[in-house]
Amino acid sequence: MLHYIGRRLLQLIPVLLGMTFVVFMIIRAIPGDPAQVILGQQASESAILALRTKLGLDNPWYIQYFDYLMGLLKGDLGESLRTMNPVSNEIWTYLAATFELSLFAILIAIIVGVNAGIISAWFQNSWFDYTAMILALVGVSMPIFWLGLMLQYIFGIELGILPTTGREEVRNPVESMTNIYVLDTIMQGRFDQLGTVFKHLVLPGLALATIPMAIIARMTRSSMLEVMRSDYVRTARAKGQKMFWVVYKHALKNAIIPVLTIIGLQMGLLLGGAILTETIFGWPGVGRYIYEAINFRDYPVIQSGILVVAFIFVMINLVIDVLYSLIDPRIKYD
Amino acid sequence: MNKKKLWSLALLLMLVLSTILAACSSDSSDGGKGEDKGGDSAEPKILVFGRGGDSVSLDPARATDGESFKVTQNVFETLLNFGDKDTTINEGLATKWEPSEDGLTYTFTLREGVKFHDGTDFNAEAVVKNFERWANGTEDQFPYYASMFGGFKGDEGHVIDSVTADGDYTVVFKLKRPQSPFLKNIAMSPFAIASPTAFEKFGDKFGDNPVGTGPFTFVEWKKNDSITIDKNADYWDKELPKLDKVIFRAIPDNSARLNALSTNEIDLADGINPSDTKTVTDNAKLQLFERPSMNVGYLGLTNTRPPFDNVKVRQAVNHAIDKQAIIDAFFNGGAEIAKNPMPSSISGYNDDIAGYDFNPEKAKALLKEAGFEDGFEMELWAMPVPRPYMPDGTKVAEVIQKNLADIGIKAKIVSYEWATYLEKTKNGEADAFMLGWTGDNGDADNFLYTLLDKDNIGSNNYSFYSNDKVHDILIAAQSEVDEDKRNELYAQAQEIIFEDAPWVPLAHSTPLLAGNADLVNFTPHPTGSDRLNEVDFK
Repeated sequence: MLHYIGRRLLQLIPVLLGMTFVVFMIIRAIPGDPAQVILGQQASESAILALRTKLGLDNPWYIQYFDYLMGLLKGDLGESLRTMNPVSNEIWTYLAATFELSLFAILIAIIVGVNAGIISAWFQNSWFDYTAMILALVGVSMPIFWLGLMLQYIFGIELGILPTTGREEVRNPVESMTNIYVLDTIMQGRFDQLGTVFKHLVLPGLALATIPMAIIARMTRSSMLEVMRSDYVRTARAKGQKMFWVVYKHALKNAIIPVLTIIGLQMGLLLGGAILTETIFGWPGVGRYIYEAINFRDYPVIQSGILVVAFIFVMINLVIDVLYSLIDPRIKYD
Repeated sequence: MNKKKLWSLALLLMLVLSTILAACSSDSSDGGKGEDKGGDSAEPKILVFGRGGDSVSLDPARATDGESFKVTQNVFETLLNFGDKDTTINEGLATKWEPSEDGLTYTFTLREGVKFHDGTDFNAEAVVKNFERWANGTEDQFPYYASMFGGFKGDEGHVIDSVTADGDYTVVFKLKRPQSPFLKNIAMSPFAIASPTAFEKFGDKFGDNPVGTGPFTFVEWKKNDSITIDKNADYWDKELPKLDKVIFRAIPDNSARLNALSTNEIDLADGINPSDTKTVTDNAKLQLFERPSMNVGYLGLTNTRPPFDNVKVRQAVNHAIDKQAIIDAFFNGGAEIAKNPMPSSISGYNDDIAGYDFNPEKAKALLKEAGFEDGFEMELWAMPVPRPYMPDGTKVAEVIQKNLADIGIKAKIVSYEWATYLEKTKNGEADAFMLGWTGDNGDADNFLYTLLDKDNIGSNNYSFYSNDKVHDILIAAQSEVDEDKRNELYAQAQEIIFEDAPWVPLAHSTPLLAGNADLVNFTPHPTGSDRLNEVDFK
C-alpha cells in the first residue's frame, strides 16, 4: 500500500509540472497587461514599461517560467502583483473558507444524495423513485446563480430565518485563528457564535450541494440497481435477512465504489469551482480569489492558486483510491 | 411490506428535515438584533456598509481603486476637503490656504491639536514628510501622485518644487509652474496625510496597518470579506463621529447585496441596479440615495479608422443615437443626457452647446454628404462589465445597433473580457467602442485633457482624437489661475470638441445606493468616497 501511495505521489510531479506550464502559457496568451491594470487607467506609458521591468514581465517567457519554478521549489508561491503580499500568506485564509463551505456542502450532498439513490433503487419505479430522479434531473441542470438568489429570497427575506450573505454576523465577529470558523468558535468555546456560523453555512452550502447531490443520487441509484440484481443479494434475502440490512450492508458495500469516485471528483470541483456560490453569497473563498486575480492579470496568484487547488484535487482522488481498498478488500494495489 | 417501509422512511426524512428547520428558526430570535440599534444609547451604533469589492490597499497613496478610498477616506484626512456634495474646496486638516499672485506659492495654515491614531503629533513636519515620501517614490508605488503632480522628484514634469515647514503649523508649497487644479488635487483621497511614524515603521506593509488622523481608527481586515474601523475617541472634533463602528463588507453581486440589505445584515448598500429602484422605494424599511454624477458614459469612435476619420460620419452617428431611450430603458431615468464630455456639476461645463439631437433623417443626410449613402459595415464594441456610467453594455449596444441600422449602418456587436477590451481599444482596434470615465478630482482638466487631448493618445484618449487647437487651449487652461478665464477656455474647447464629434457622449449617470430607513446624515459624494463622520441612526 505504502508503495502504491509513494508511486502515486511521484506521478504527481509530472502532472503538476505540466499543469503549471499550461496555466503559465494560457494566462500569458490572453491579452491584457498586469502593469497596466495595477497602475490604472491614468498611468503613463513610461511608468508601465518601468513596472514591467520591475515585475520581470519583459523577460522572455522561458526565463519567467524558470524563475517561477525555482521559486516553487523553494516553497515560494510568488507575490501578488496587486496587493504585494506573498500568495502563500494570502491563499490560506481563502482556502480555509472554501474548505469549510465545500466540506459542509459535500456532506449534505453525500447524506441526501446517497440515501435518495439507495431508496430509489430499493423501491424502483415507486413514486419516491420518480420524484427523486426528477428532482435530481432538475438539480443537475440548476443555474446556481438563480438558485442562490432564490434561496436568499425565500429563507432570508420571506421566512427571515437564515442570513443571506457572508460567513459570520459581522456585528459580532469571530476571532479568526485557523480561519475555519466552525473550528475557531469551538476552540474558543463561543458556542453562541458557532450557531450563527452554521446558519451562515446553510444557504451557500445548499446551493453548492445541489449539483453534486443530484449526481451522487443518480450514480448511487444506478450502481445499486446493478448490485441488487446479483446472486449474493438474492441469497442474503433468501436466508431471511431483513431487507434493510441487505440493502445498507451487503448491497451498498459493493455499490459504493463508483459513487466514491464521483464524490472525490465532485469534492475537487467544489474546491475550485465554487466561484458562483462564493460570488452570490459573498463568501471570501479561493474560487473568487483566483477569479478576481484573472481580472487583474495577477499572474502569480492565478498560477499558484490553480496549482494549489489542483494539488488538493489530486490528493483527494488519491485518498479516494486508497479508500477503495479499505471498503473492498478485493481491490489491492500491490 | 415494501410500501410500508417506504412510508416510514419518508416520514423519518420529514422528521429530520423539520427538526433542522425548527432549529434554524428557534435561533433566529437573536438574529434580528440589527433592528433595535440606535434606540438604546448603550447599544453601540454599528454601520455595516455593503459594497461590490474589497479594498486593495489601505494606504491611500498607493491605492487607485474606489473601494480602497471608501475606507481610507474615514481613517485619514486631507489638508483640504471637498464639499459635502460637490468638489468645491473646503477646510480640512488645513484651516487656511493662500495662493500667491503668480500661482507659484501656496501657504497652508494647519489645524492645531490634531493627533494621529498612534499618538504622533500632526504638524507641518508630518505634512512635509508625507510629501517627501511620495516625491521620492515610483509610479507603481504612488500612481496618483505621478498622474496628478506630473511625476516625481527629478522628473521634468514634476510640478512641486518644494514643500517646507515654516514653524509648527505652516506649510509652504512652491511650484515649478502654475497648476490650476492644484487645490483640488490636494483635496483628493490619495493625498491624505498619514502618520510618519507609522509609515516609516511599517514600510511596504503600511497598507495593512493604516494610521491617520481621521474620525475612525483601523481595527481589522478580513481579506475579501470585511474591514472594520472603530470610532476615534480622540478625534479633534469632539462631536464626531456619531457612529461607534463601521464595517465595510464585500458582497460582489448587486442583487445579493440588496437581499442582504433587506434582511438587515447590512445597513447601507452601494451599487444598486437601476432596475431595483422600485424594490427599494416600495420597502418602507429602506431608503434610496443618489450619488451626484461625476462620470460620463460614451460611445468612442476611433478617429483614425475609416470611415470614422470623416467628421461627417461621426456627426451622423451622433444624430442617429436615441440617448433618451437608452437612459429610460437602462438607467431607469437615473441619468442626464450627455452633450459634453463632462457632467454639468463640473465648473467650466458649457451649457450653451446644443448637443446633437436624435434625428435619423439628418444623420442620413450627413452620411450622404460623406459619400456613404448606402451605409457601411462596422464593429460595435460592447462593454463586458457593468459600470456606474454604463449599467448594461450589451443591451445598450443593441439599442445603438438598431439606431445605426435605421440609417443604413450595419453594426456587428463584439465584446471581450474587460482587460482585453481595454488593451485592444487602446491599440485602436475597435471601430466604435463603449467606455466611460469617473472623475478623480472634479476638475474639467481631468475630463477634457485626460480623455481627449492628443498627449493622452495611447493612454486614456481611446478615440485617438487629436486637435492642436484643443491641445493649446487645454494646456493654457492648466496654468490659468483665474477661475473665470479658465472656465472660458474650457467652454471654447468643448465647442471645438462638439464640432469634431470624436465620441457620442451618452449619459452622466447618478449611481444609486440604498440604506436602512433609520440612517440619517448620509450624503453620497460624487467622487465615490463618502465621509461617514456625520452619519447616524435615528
